[in-house]
Amino acid sequence: MVRRITSSPLTLLGLIIVLIILVTAAFAPVIATHSPTEVDLLSKLEAPSAEHYFGTDEVGRDIFSRIVYGTRISLRIGLLVVAISFPIGTILGAIAGYIGGRVDQFIMRITDIFLSFPGIILAMSIAAALGPSIENVMLALAATWWPWYTRIVRSSVLSIKHSEYIEANRALGANPFRILFKEIVPNAMAPATIQASLDLGFVILSAAGLSFIGLGAQPPSPEWGAMLSNSREILREAWWAATFPGMAILFTVLGFNLLGDGLNDLLDPKQR
Amino acid sequence: MALLEVTNLKQHFTIKKGFMGEKTIVKAVDGVSITIEEGQTLGIVGESGCGKSSLGRSILRLAEPTEGSIKFKGEEVTGMNAKQMKELRKEMQIVFQDPYASLNPRNTVRKILEAPLIIHNIGTRNERREKVELLVEKIGLRRDQLNNYPHEFSGGQRQRIGIARALMLEPRLIIADEPVSALDVSVQSQVLNLMLELQQEMNLSYMFISHDLSVVQHISDKVAVMYLGKVVEISDVEKVYADPKHPYTRALLSALPVPDPLQKKERIILQGDLPSPSNPPSGCPFHTRCPMATKECAEIVPPLEEKTPGHFAACIHT
Repeated sequence: MVRRITSSPLTLLGLIIVLIILVTAAFAPVIATHSPTEVDLLSKLEAPSAEHYFGTDEVGRDIFSRIVYGTRISLRIGLLVVAISFPIGTILGAIAGYIGGRVDQFIMRITDIFLSFPGIILAMSIAAALGPSIENVMLALAATWWPWYTRIVRSSVLSIKHSEYIEANRALGANPFRILFKEIVPNAMAPATIQASLDLGFVILSAAGLSFIGLGAQPPSPEWGAMLSNSREILREAWWAATFPGMAILFTVLGFNLLGDGLNDLLDPKQR
Repeated sequence: MALLEVTNLKQHFTIKKGFMGEKTIVKAVDGVSITIEEGQTLGIVGESGCGKSSLGRSILRLAEPTEGSIKFKGEEVTGMNAKQMKELRKEMQIVFQDPYASLNPRNTVRKILEAPLIIHNIGTRNERREKVELLVEKIGLRRDQLNNYPHEFSGGQRQRIGIARALMLEPRLIIADEPVSALDVSVQSQVLNLMLELQQEMNLSYMFISHDLSVVQHISDKVAVMYLGKVVEISDVEKVYADPKHPYTRALLSALPVPDPLQKKERIILQGDLPSPSNPPSGCPFHTRCPMATKECAEIVPPLEEKTPGHFAACIHT
């Protein structure tokens, strides 16, 4: 397993990025050089320097420290949203695919309804209806994200359920519960797991987007999307105020994507 | 009393076709009667699509039979509830054709072989372990290979694992659905000989489904020839191979290679394809391709008659 990760440079890069993000989030107070929210009007809009690695914003807050603390917020959003939508989506997908018939129709039509809205619009309306806050953004994103897992898992379950090893288990007298959760689901999880890893990045991106338009994290929270939003007015004077939060988002999404692609190969038992 | 007695078994599938969803009925198995005695092997031969696999599956109720009776040790199987079926599954098992598809790629061989015991709650953990190890040696694998995954084995080894899984519950009857047709010829004989040894040792009965006439001749006591969901000829293996009574069987046997260059052989080449079982010919199902067909053949459905003692065939001309 370890050798397989290290033999693929891109997967390794993804893993390193994700590890850096995790370590940053865990040790934010140690890594940050300043307080993320402390206003220091005397040193506002300073360019990057040895004192302020990424410069300061319009009220003199240290951008590097804000990004470091922002890692915690983004990671929490990504993990929680995936942790909520993944089990809901996979269980519904497994049931729909295995039982079939009316149950399948019912679950999949609901899924279609959710999928027929552009995700970000649906999330916007939910977040707007519930009121702008980071918790509501997470709820909104979870509500738009689960149907993808339902689709993916359903289709893998469908292809597996007619295979001979499932029939062999029926011939052995295994009950449907055992067949679904012990034989089918472990084989059906790989594509959904890969999707979940990719989604960690996309959820962070979407949350940043919602924060950017003012529906998510509220100032003075050091959320990356909110930081971008604040700094767009001072882009001409202080390029660093927008550039570094943007790079943080890029870096994070890239890391989870590379790792997700690598998992694709790693989760194939034939290559173990 | 026969171990398995199947009477007039029918397996019809309804297929929706077209925009308006017109229904077509496919008669995969259409009134088959067979018996299998304790310790014996019944070979089922026929070309692809003749319903031989459907027959096996409906006997195990993996597909619910439409009509007819299945008696196992004198007990009617078709009406059994889930609990009775589960008990019955200890006695009737199946070996599949494709050893690459019949083993779960994510489970180790140990897990695959242990599953039947766990499903039926047999033995303690140690007893199960011991049983798995005993059986895996019986089929010619090593104990240390138990922790390997199916893809680490060859086709023949995988098929032996499939056989071991079917044997875990110590069944009386094994339905072997083309168990060697996916294997190389050299490996085929290994697996066949293993099946014969196991039969001797455990007094097993087999229903051996195959399209390979030589294999069936080698392993069977009795043979049933199927065509379009019906048994057209059934008897002891020697009788069928020495003196086939149905023109379809004759055509099949004439295609068998004989290892004697001097023997002149008359090959009967059948015209056309197997008709669709959703739209079978009238009268005798074989009359569209039969070299002996006459006008009556299109009208009369020939019954399975006893042509000579113990030798049944469904043809009005022989």
